[in-house]
Amino acid sequence: MTDTVREMQKKEAETPETGERTRACRIYAPLVDIIERKDDIVVIADMAGVDEKSVDITLEKNVLTIYGRVDAYTPENHRLFLSEYGIGDYQRVFTLSDEIDRDKIQATVKNGVLRLVMPKAELAKTRKIPIQAEGIGGVLNLS
Amino acid sequence: MLWSDLEKFGRSFDPWREFERMERVEFPAVNVWVSGDHAVITTEIPGIDPKTLDISVVNDSLMLRGSRQAEVLKEGESYHRSERWSGQFTKTLKLPFPVDSGKVEAQFAKGILHISLPRAEADKPRKISVKSE
Repeated sequence: MTDTVREMQKKEAETPETGERTRACRIYAPLVDIIERKDDIVVIADMAGVDEKSVDITLEKNVLTIYGRVDAYTPENHRLFLSEYGIGDYQRVFTLSDEIDRDKIQATVKNGVLRLVMPKAELAKTRKIPIQAEGIGGVLNLS
Repeated sequence: MLWSDLEKFGRSFDPWREFERMERVEFPAVNVWVSGDHAVITTEIPGIDPKTLDISVVNDSLMLRGSRQAEVLKEGESYHRSERWSGQFTKTLKLPFPVDSGKVEAQFAKGILHISLPRAEADKPRKISVKSE
């Protein structure tokens, strides 16, 4: 049984502290899911209007920036009758911990959903420590 | 493990969210563009399974239905954040004029659904010629 969808609003992103962007369009913060799995962290972001060519993922020190460019898709010769959402680029910034293996981050975009799989560095994986039984060695000589 | 978002406001109070709360719309949000004989509806539904998408048009009313599965988590996996929607939605929309349901076209690309709706012929304004003596 599927539940009904919670109401969602498109959230405006803040002006980044680094300054204004040169593109004159609105900027939104995409909704994300962040899942921690055994060997990696998965970040899933809803960015409608974005494909693999228009998404930029940059990692500087341990700051991860996701940026998605969206081309305006308003039809010509029509007037706006109802507007429930705005169209603009997407941006979201995260601070990663040292547990991520930066070189192995993988990104895919499908139907406007960005999926980042970030493998944990070897040290962060929980290792099962094998326990060896310590027994009495030797052979019992029964004579 | 530390995760932090470079957000100025904490999650408990966000003045922008409070403002937006006053303008809640039924999911999914749509934009409707209209000309004399045509309407275009766009909505952002990324990650939707196109097979679950159901668009039905009757006269001047449009109904949109679709669903998206949530990620299935295995044993030992957990969410740090869960902001994205999942489940089924149904939305009904009243158009400014009746539509020719046989000529409605829909395209779904990059998570955006575009629906093109031509106005019903019978509803188009007719020029009335005046006969004079």
